[in-house]
Amino acid sequence: MSEIYLNGKFIATTDNPKLLLENFTEERRKSKVHYSVNVFYDDDMDQIQIESSNGRVIRPLIVVKNGQPLLTQKHLEQLEKNEITFSDLVRQGVIEYLDALEEESTLIAFYEDELTDKHTHLEILPLAIIGLCTSLVPYANFNQSTRLNAGSKNQKQALGFYVNNFLVRMDMDVNLLHTPNFPIVKTIMHDYSNYEKHPSGQNVVVAVLSYDGYNMEDSIVINRGSIERGFARSTYYRPVISEELRYSGGLIDDISIPDKDVKGYKSERDYRFLEEDGIVYPESNVAEGDVIIGKTSPPRFLSSLDEYNLATSSRRESSMTLKHGEQGTVDFVLITENQEGNKLVQVRVRDQKTPEIGDKFTSRHGQKGVIGMIIPSEDMPFSASGIVPDILFNPHGIPSRMTMAHLIEMLAGKVGALKGQFINGTPFDCEPHENLRKELHSLGFKENGTETLYNGRTGKQYRAKIYVGDMYYLKLKHMVSNKLHARARGPIQLLTRQPTEGRAKEGGLRLGEMEKDTFVAHGASLLLKERFDSDKTVVPVCEECGLIAIHNEFKNRSYCPICGENVSISNISISYAFKLMLDEFKSLGIYPKLILKDKY
Amino acid sequence: MANSIFNEYKNKLPKKIIEDIEKELPKNISSSKLKIILEKVYQEYLNSRVEPGESIGIISAESIGEPGTQMTLNTFHFAGVAEMNVTVGLPRIIEILDGRKLIKTPLMEIYLTKPYSDGTDIKKIAQSIKQTTFKDFIEEISVEITEGIIKIKLDEEKSKGTDVTEKRLNQVLERVLKGYSIKKQEDTLIIKSKSKNENLGEIYRLKEKIKDVYVSGVKKITQVLPVKRNDEFIIITAGTNLKEVLKLDFVDKTRTITNDVFEIYDVLGVEAARETIINEVYKVIENQGLNVDIRHIMLVADTMTFSGKVNGITRYGVISEKASILARASFETPIKHLINASLVGETDNLKSVIENVMLNQPVPVGTGLPDLVTKIK
Repeated sequence: MSEIYLNGKFIATTDNPKLLLENFTEERRKSKVHYSVNVFYDDDMDQIQIESSNGRVIRPLIVVKNGQPLLTQKHLEQLEKNEITFSDLVRQGVIEYLDALEEESTLIAFYEDELTDKHTHLEILPLAIIGLCTSLVPYANFNQSTRLNAGSKNQKQALGFYVNNFLVRMDMDVNLLHTPNFPIVKTIMHDYSNYEKHPSGQNVVVAVLSYDGYNMEDSIVINRGSIERGFARSTYYRPVISEELRYSGGLIDDISIPDKDVKGYKSERDYRFLEEDGIVYPESNVAEGDVIIGKTSPPRFLSSLDEYNLATSSRRESSMTLKHGEQGTVDFVLITENQEGNKLVQVRVRDQKTPEIGDKFTSRHGQKGVIGMIIPSEDMPFSASGIVPDILFNPHGIPSRMTMAHLIEMLAGKVGALKGQFINGTPFDCEPHENLRKELHSLGFKENGTETLYNGRTGKQYRAKIYVGDMYYLKLKHMVSNKLHARARGPIQLLTRQPTEGRAKEGGLRLGEMEKDTFVAHGASLLLKERFDSDKTVVPVCEECGLIAIHNEFKNRSYCPICGENVSISNISISYAFKLMLDEFKSLGIYPKLILKDKY
Repeated sequence: MANSIFNEYKNKLPKKIIEDIEKELPKNISSSKLKIILEKVYQEYLNSRVEPGESIGIISAESIGEPGTQMTLNTFHFAGVAEMNVTVGLPRIIEILDGRKLIKTPLMEIYLTKPYSDGTDIKKIAQSIKQTTFKDFIEEISVEITEGIIKIKLDEEKSKGTDVTEKRLNQVLERVLKGYSIKKQEDTLIIKSKSKNENLGEIYRLKEKIKDVYVSGVKKITQVLPVKRNDEFIIITAGTNLKEVLKLDFVDKTRTITNDVFEIYDVLGVEAARETIINEVYKVIENQGLNVDIRHIMLVADTMTFSGKVNGITRYGVISEKASILARASFETPIKHLINASLVGETDNLKSVIENVMLNQPVPVGTGLPDLVTKIK
């Protein structure tokens, strides 16, 4: 007696689970059961699991019977003539969708000529075992799977031509690569996915060699000439958005150049780019702190006194400025209305990003790295034919990661570039590298892809033959100019008087608990004190009651709120956080009495 | 002659070092040479001392903590017939330093005196230490509900090779079963209540009780494993009972140890407990292939035991003995410490590191320790 479960709930029992299973799949292939319903018989538990719930991943396979695939030449011809569609094949039971559980009970042939009587299914395409992003990796079947994961993750972060209508869009934080290429070494997925309509990388000449240690630990050396010719240039778009909000009492925000008597008025210089309507003019070059959209808001709290006092309008300044560390050119101004009928202004700022030290790049094989040095073209190594590589990739990146496809892509790229044609690098179905070697040889190069290179500075020939080839390189969206941050002085938090946190708030770099311990371990007592005095304050303390006293700056006199004026009051220097803690003790009902003593 | 020179250094050098020098010294050494040797040793001794103001606590903490991040979290198995689990790695270190009363895998290493350490009768000795209960000697135990009796079928095979006889088993039973009669019928024992109205629940409870009745061996020793180590046989046991094991005459009382710090403390005292902490922690660190100077561990062991009893490095142990309120409050349960301190009106003298970091004052270690004093006229 086997139990039957539907989506994990017990529904029935059966004496002949195998027969039920057989009938069920048969009915599904006849389209009497929906194609997305899967069954699985668990031998150990003697249970049948029927799954129809959502959220399962299912994938199509060709059904095999008696060692013969049900998909015939006739089907293919009909498909080509558009007489039938893919869903017709599913309906006919030629192709079937399996989920992870049902796949356990099958034997799937990878290629057609592997088929035996035992097989139940055949892959539509060997490529189908990997996803879309991974099948964009050429020669992927030569790589370790972890590298493929890393590689396809990186591809998602690549800059490219992300949409065609980018000019009229107001996307937050997007990048556009200036002259994207279609890869020389492609897979069929590049064709199927219309990759030429939205490419996201560029073909470059890569030489595998180290250069003065500027490409150690996964960094790359890049040719300044290539950058000057436009390699990996991109534009960074960021919108500035402001809305005329309505408040209670018929008050409304006003987008305009603020008057000088407005509370929080910046300076005339900050408003210099605004036109009469309070919005910057297009193509103005703005930098950090410049007002993009001028706006004033009604006063926050309307006290009863203010209502009669008409003289002071006291509107607040609430303009949108460019944040800390940002700069760019005003690209596009949009004035519209939102759902609530409020005036909405969106200004798009663009900023051209030239590759610089610290920008992140990757090949398609999880071989990511940042620019370690930009070398003038004349100092780069060159080959006898005058080829100067665009990128120098460190050979130490290869052995431990075993990304063979990286090397094969270079070889294939070289052949493709020399012959002026694309090379098919589809995983499991690629141009064999033996052919590439022969082709390269017939093109007059060494068949192993190496070349004699000369040192760009001395002109001397390198003693080793250098592996040179063409690769598809991707610029990733992580650029230093968006991340670089340092601070000496800057804003502090209101409550603790300690520095703010984070780059956006121009924050401080925290010296944490463990870092503190290292100072103590070194016995660097005074250095430790200095590092932690960001919230140093001097407070008057009453020596009678040991509580914090009050200093009247106007009368230049200190007094204790409890003991009065005729007590001795001393100034002590403590961290503001400690003063705050004393206050919290008081709120707990604890009396924190400070006992003062002369130190010497 | 030589003695007078040694006397000169008696207050300068520790006793142990002077004894070592005396032992290693050639018989007929000239007094001038001896003087040079002692002076060199004294200089070396001065050089190896920690300087005042060195933050040895934090250095120890970092020296143990940093390699500690690389430790694995697994338990490893003793290879052999009777497989044993031993806690190692980070869990074991936490266990020791927290001063846990109940450790996960208590075990003993029992060294034997001369004739036995050669391996004669090692199996028999090992078996005699192992604690046995009644259920180890029976084939079947059952309750006859209708008659209200317990039937026990003894298994002679199981008592073979031990010195437990049927008579001994009977004695044990008689001691436990007061108010019950024991009758023997062929190879089964029949236990019946002497009083008439015996309820069934009572009998069931009795059945379970009989199973766990102690018969022979040392209590709490659940497994024994004879092992050969450096040309002699020792017995490794799971479960510890140092007090009872040391009473056995074939046990080498000077070397037999347990890994339970508290048991050592109870039987042998604090100094032994301190030594055990050092040995056990060092063993784990060595085991993991890490390299930590033993003096760091000694410092930790010292702070755990200097009060005369074993304190774990927890908020109930070492931390609760800190003088500073603020330092205690900065480590777990701050409100509890603050309220208790305010109830009795404690004063914090700001003598240690953490308090002064909070106040943004120089901490009294390293360069913060010495003060300049000027006389103002």
